Amino acid sequence: MKKKTVTQKQFSADHIRYLKKLRGRTAVVWTLGLGILAAALLLWQILADTGAIDVFIGSSPKRIAATIVDLVRNDNLFYHIGITLYETIVGFLIAVALGTLIALLLWWSEIARRVCEPYLIVLNALPKIALGPIIIVWCGSGSKSIILMAVLIGIIVTVINMLNGFLAADKDKILLLRSMGATKFQILRKLVLPGSVKTFIGTLKIDVGMAWIGSVMGEYMTSKAGIGYLIVYGGQVFKLDLVMAATAVLCVLATMMYLGVALLEKLLVKNRS
Amino acid sequence: MRETLLELKDVALTYQTKTDEIQAVKNLSFSLKEGEFISVIGPSGCGKTTILSLIAGLMRPTRGTIKVAKGNAHFGYMLQKDQLFPWRTIEKNIFLPLEIMKKFDKAHIAYAEELLKKYGLYEFRKNYPSELSGGMRQRAALIRTLSFNPDILLLDEPFSALDYQTRLSVCNDVYRIIKDEGKSTILVTHDISEAISMSDTIIVLSKRPCTVKYVHEIPRGGDSPLKRREREDFHKWFELLWKELNE
Ligand SMILES: Nc1ncnc2c1ncn2[C@@H]1O[C@H](COP(=O)(O)OP(=O)(O)O)[C@@H](O)[C@H]1O
Ligand SMILES: [Mg+2]
Repeated sequence: MKKKTVTQKQFSADHIRYLKKLRGRTAVVWTLGLGILAAALLLWQILADTGAIDVFIGSSPKRIAATIVDLVRNDNLFYHIGITLYETIVGFLIAVALGTLIALLLWWSEIARRVCEPYLIVLNALPKIALGPIIIVWCGSGSKSIILMAVLIGIIVTVINMLNGFLAADKDKILLLRSMGATKFQILRKLVLPGSVKTFIGTLKIDVGMAWIGSVMGEYMTSKAGIGYLIVYGGQVFKLDLVMAATAVLCVLATMMYLGVALLEKLLVKNRS
Repeated sequence: MRETLLELKDVALTYQTKTDEIQAVKNLSFSLKEGEFISVIGPSGCGKTTILSLIAGLMRPTRGTIKVAKGNAHFGYMLQKDQLFPWRTIEKNIFLPLEIMKKFDKAHIAYAEELLKKYGLYEFRKNYPSELSGGMRQRAALIRTLSFNPDILLLDEPFSALDYQTRLSVCNDVYRIIKDEGKSTILVTHDISEAISMSDTIIVLSKRPCTVKYVHEIPRGGDSPLKRREREDFHKWFELLWKELNE
């Protein structure tokens, strides 16, 4: 129970051996992970080359790579990436900001919370794609509609998650603050907000996924550009190379955004146990 | 004659819930003098925490009056767990009441740092609570309670989350700090020996709804809690209080 980690410790040979073992294990995990990917791609390519897979339906790693190069050269891939990133990030930011704000207001007022609860339940249960036609009629067939779709999909989860996080603030700590004469605003600033950082990061991670669902789904509904557009277009003209190339690009983009949030987490939750 | 700091007269409190009405305190009267250390003992669930909440002004009594001598006296409240904020360093934790009370100025900071130095936590001021032992954390919690120089300390079973060994030494520590700083204290506990070892006065409460059953003045002659435990009358007191608590 007594833990004193104040002075820098000299590590024993045992500890260094232990660290080495840990590092060895991490190396095995990475090698296996990348190995499986490489093997799958290789197998796919071989099956395509030998004709076991019909490349018009199954494509192949080489053809996907060639399609991506072609997209960059002739179809301005980065323009499409830019459009989709814009829609996703704006949708994500609005959902996070607005959702957190609403959660704050609901935390503040118990009446508001009880009034809004049934609405939240219904909106959460509703498949947001059902609102597609309404959104298009109201906002037109452009980025606006797509962003709105991304916001709608992300915001409800944000409100529910953040509100639960805020409400989970330790009752005894609230009591302690009140005994010091703290106002509700001070309780918010000193306890509830800093105590919800973990919940916030967790919500951001979910919201990244939600924003991508929203923007790609939005592009399926209505768009003239973007990665989702490329996927739908490829499907319509039966170019599976294009569909898979665009999907691969999407994988990379979504992962990068997720890693961005993970990096933010590292910066924010240093030293918090 | 020492000045009376706090006086409860015929205090009663009833909790209202959807399904029930729970009377936690009834006809409670006692007073606290300057520099006095009172322990309030009673079976768990009898209403001890409720009494402290009432004194600290977190709730209004249903009946009766609570008079505080110095108009807007501040209470230092200390709970069972240290309740240090894990994302704040020890120093920042200790400054918390100053920030809340808008007393975050040079003089108060200097006083708080003085306490840190005096009670052996200065070198840990930049550490986070999770890096300290349970005993040290409880000491930090006490220093946080003292940092704004309150007139009266309210301690709600502050040692019960510690293991026995730590408890004895922290108990001793806390007692010394409280006496050094000349604070008046109400300690609430269900631990009889803790009460005997620390207090000038012991108040025995009845079961819920709680009211004062017995009051004892404990002769202590300046002994520390550990010394007090070794005195020969310790056992006599223990037996008496045990009987009174369980009758
Ligand atoms: N907020 C509350 N609402 C309703 N009943 C409560 C509340 N707080 C405490 N009680 C009840 O009042 C009684 C006394 O509680 P408490 O003061 O916490 O006792 P103790 O600290 O002596 O264990 C208990 O029976 C408890 O269930
Ligand atoms: Mg209690």
